[in-house]
Amino acid sequence: MKSLPITIDSVRKAYGSYVALDDVSLDIRAGEFLTLLGPSGSGKTTLLMALAGFVRPDSGKLLLGDRDITRLAPNKREIGIVFQNYALFPHMNVLANVEYPLALRRRRKAEARQRALDALARVKLDGLSERGIGELSGGQRQRVALARAIVFEPRVMLMDEPLSALDKNLRETMQYEIRRLHDDLGITTIYVTHDQREALTMSDRIAVMNSGRIQQIDAPQHIYDRPSTRFVAEFMGEANIIAPGLARRIDGADAPRETLMIRAESLHLDASLAGRDGVALDGTLRAKAFRGENWLLTLALDGGQEILVCIPAALAGGCVELAASQRVTVYAPAQKVHVLPGAMA
Amino acid sequence: MSVAADPALAADGRRERRFFLSLSLPALFIVGLAAILPLLWIVRQSFLTTAGQYSVGNYEKVLSSGLTWSALATTLELSLGTLVVCIILGIPLALALASTRPRVANVLMAFVMLPLWTSILVRTYGWLVLLRRDGLINAALTGSGLTAEPLPLVYNFTGTLIGMVHYMLPLFLLPVYAAMRDIDTNLTRAAASMGATLGQVIRTVILPLSAGGIFSGSILVFIYTIGFFITPAVLGGGKVNPLSIRIERTLSTFQDWGSASVLGILLLVLMALIAVMFLTARRLMAHNKMGAAHA
Amino acid sequence: MLEAYPDNRLARVALWGFAALVMAFLILPTLVVVPLSFSASDLLEFPPRAYSLRWYENFFGSATWMDALRTSLILGTLTAAIAVPLALLACISTNRLGGRAAATIQGVLLTPSIVPGILLAIGLFFVLAAQGLVGTLFGVLVGHVVLAIPVACIVLVPALARFDWNQVQAARSLGADWARAIGGIIVPQLRISLLSATLMAFLTSLDESVISIFVASGRNSTLPKLMFLSLRDQIDPTIATISTLWTAIVVAVILIVTLRQKS
Repeated sequence: MKSLPITIDSVRKAYGSYVALDDVSLDIRAGEFLTLLGPSGSGKTTLLMALAGFVRPDSGKLLLGDRDITRLAPNKREIGIVFQNYALFPHMNVLANVEYPLALRRRRKAEARQRALDALARVKLDGLSERGIGELSGGQRQRVALARAIVFEPRVMLMDEPLSALDKNLRETMQYEIRRLHDDLGITTIYVTHDQREALTMSDRIAVMNSGRIQQIDAPQHIYDRPSTRFVAEFMGEANIIAPGLARRIDGADAPRETLMIRAESLHLDASLAGRDGVALDGTLRAKAFRGENWLLTLALDGGQEILVCIPAALAGGCVELAASQRVTVYAPAQKVHVLPGAMA
Repeated sequence: MSVAADPALAADGRRERRFFLSLSLPALFIVGLAAILPLLWIVRQSFLTTAGQYSVGNYEKVLSSGLTWSALATTLELSLGTLVVCIILGIPLALALASTRPRVANVLMAFVMLPLWTSILVRTYGWLVLLRRDGLINAALTGSGLTAEPLPLVYNFTGTLIGMVHYMLPLFLLPVYAAMRDIDTNLTRAAASMGATLGQVIRTVILPLSAGGIFSGSILVFIYTIGFFITPAVLGGGKVNPLSIRIERTLSTFQDWGSASVLGILLLVLMALIAVMFLTARRLMAHNKMGAAHA
Repeated sequence: MLEAYPDNRLARVALWGFAALVMAFLILPTLVVVPLSFSASDLLEFPPRAYSLRWYENFFGSATWMDALRTSLILGTLTAAIAVPLALLACISTNRLGGRAAATIQGVLLTPSIVPGILLAIGLFFVLAAQGLVGTLFGVLVGHVVLAIPVACIVLVPALARFDWNQVQAARSLGADWARAIGGIIVPQLRISLLSATLMAFLTSLDESVISIFVASGRNSTLPKLMFLSLRDQIDPTIATISTLWTAIVVAVILIVTLRQKS
């Protein structure tokens, strides 16, 4: 199956004075798994629904391959969609749901059945084809929704928070399976979620959205380690944004004069873990909490700013003895110290 | 920094809106044809003389006739009477139903709603059988010696009122019962714990909290009864003549289309006045409630 | 609600006594006609001294009554068949449009249920008279359809509000055009609501008397019109048989519907 690239060109959508999409442009490569990540109201679902054809942009262009689909009716777009609540048809059984898009395309009965059964086998639902939708578990419904979205061999697949209704364990299994399905089919996929861990696990690239704009688009590791804005830094995990002048170099060289971003888990109590070109932060301990796999320390830097320090339990020998108000110095290796471009602390 | 909307996309949006609007058109068309147009036609007819000229003669004739004003009075008496009796009968019944377990209440409600599902003519006929001079109720009354002579219960105002109350009571009961069901049981418990007697709880907790339902029920009673035709026509026996009956008689007996139309407009005006009255009353009630909350 | 006063037995007994009387008042007129319909006498005696089926024979044997029954059944069927699809489309339309447009449309569609029947009846009479259509089935039918549309809307508006519109979007994304999305997804899923809307539209027409009285005539007289005329002129136990049949059918339908909903 040949998959297609998607081009989103200066798309804008406003509801009255509320701007849902503010001049969004994005290129998605053929066969890529791209995640739109953002808090609710950031515009990620609006963008997805615009691609699907259920939200009409005020201006801008949407291209599938080199075909302009901006004004194309949703039923002509040939895009597979997995909805947040699955939107399976409760008056049809599993097989009829999956056959539905083929029946609309007037495929021969036998051929439609065979392809539907193949799609169900692909999502590991063989044997359940005669079940009613009401008799399925959440995970099974998820799989039916996937089968229905791929059975007509769309060139592009859109998924709107498909795992949000599942419990944690099932979610992790499905993350893996959706990714595997994507790799098998090679289908261009846009995946919407507000869960940054899910985005990091699954994606080729992540586009972080906030208030209708794309903040940053990059590979997961870069998004995590090298956020381009304070918003991205804080949305992706426990981030310490350190004002200029609070950090010093371990080897005594000139301290960096920019705003720095250091993740809580990149900080160590042991200077030897940081290397000579790392940075050190001095402060007093405000609070400490044991969280199972790690300790979380709250430090007040000299100057008043509070930072979070996450020490893995295996390396936290000294944590138990630490007392409140005690002076503490923490260290970070140079490659984990990220200069936030243009950010004001 | 607003970006100009793409005109082609804006046109697509309008087209989709027009598509959804068009889904309403068949229904709007037939309602326009068979309800709105007829109402407008009544207005036109009210200004037409029998010779086909436009004049206000029909209005002069109808408004100067004593029959019109007595019909208006009868209409209001019937509506108001129905409302009063519905309140007297309906509120205790709603209270009783709302204070039983939901399962029992549902079964009893089904019984109460049964009349709603049967034809108004079936019910009117039942009342004729019950209320006639030699009917069941008079037989019971004279048989038991409570009265010496059979009472005139039907073909008069009393009979009409009974029939109308019977028609309206289930409709009145529905919103009142729903409102009382919605009252949190803990509120009456709280009032009781603070020493309120049953009467005080009903007066100070239950009735104020079901006022909205009683209000909706009352509007319903007025909207329906103001134009009631079948019940006064059958149970009134020609002696009870609200506007609806006068309209029919003016049209069928006197073939006076113009005067019938004027009476029809009178009925519409009356409805509009009552609607305005109720809406004002509701606004005042809401206002008072806010005042009470502030005090 | 009164269980906070377990000791107030007197109030309880008084309240329930009163409630029982009011319920008897509501049910009595429907029940009293049943024995009368089996009476052997020409008079309205109660209880009848002898029983027979003569009034049933009279009803089913009378060409006039049978014509009226047929007219009413045809009218009811046509009314439901026209009003329910129109109401469904209109309700989809207002569900999607929202805002002031939806409120206006719903307001117009509800007009016939608020305006007194007598006004609709004479207005329709005038309009039909101008077209020479008084006494035709068509005249009564349009009158009944506009009365049935609001009734159907009352059932369908909340049903559509509960309906998950994602289903339609899913169907659209899978390749369905509007007609298929409405016919293949909305209609089957609202089938229970559509069924009850159909039933209520049918009953609305079957029960409607005022428009029929003014607009229907001759062989196109409806059952309620004939019942009204015979009630006005002279009371005849035939009406008791119609009333009994009517009540029995309505009770049966309600029972079937509630039992099916439970299962």
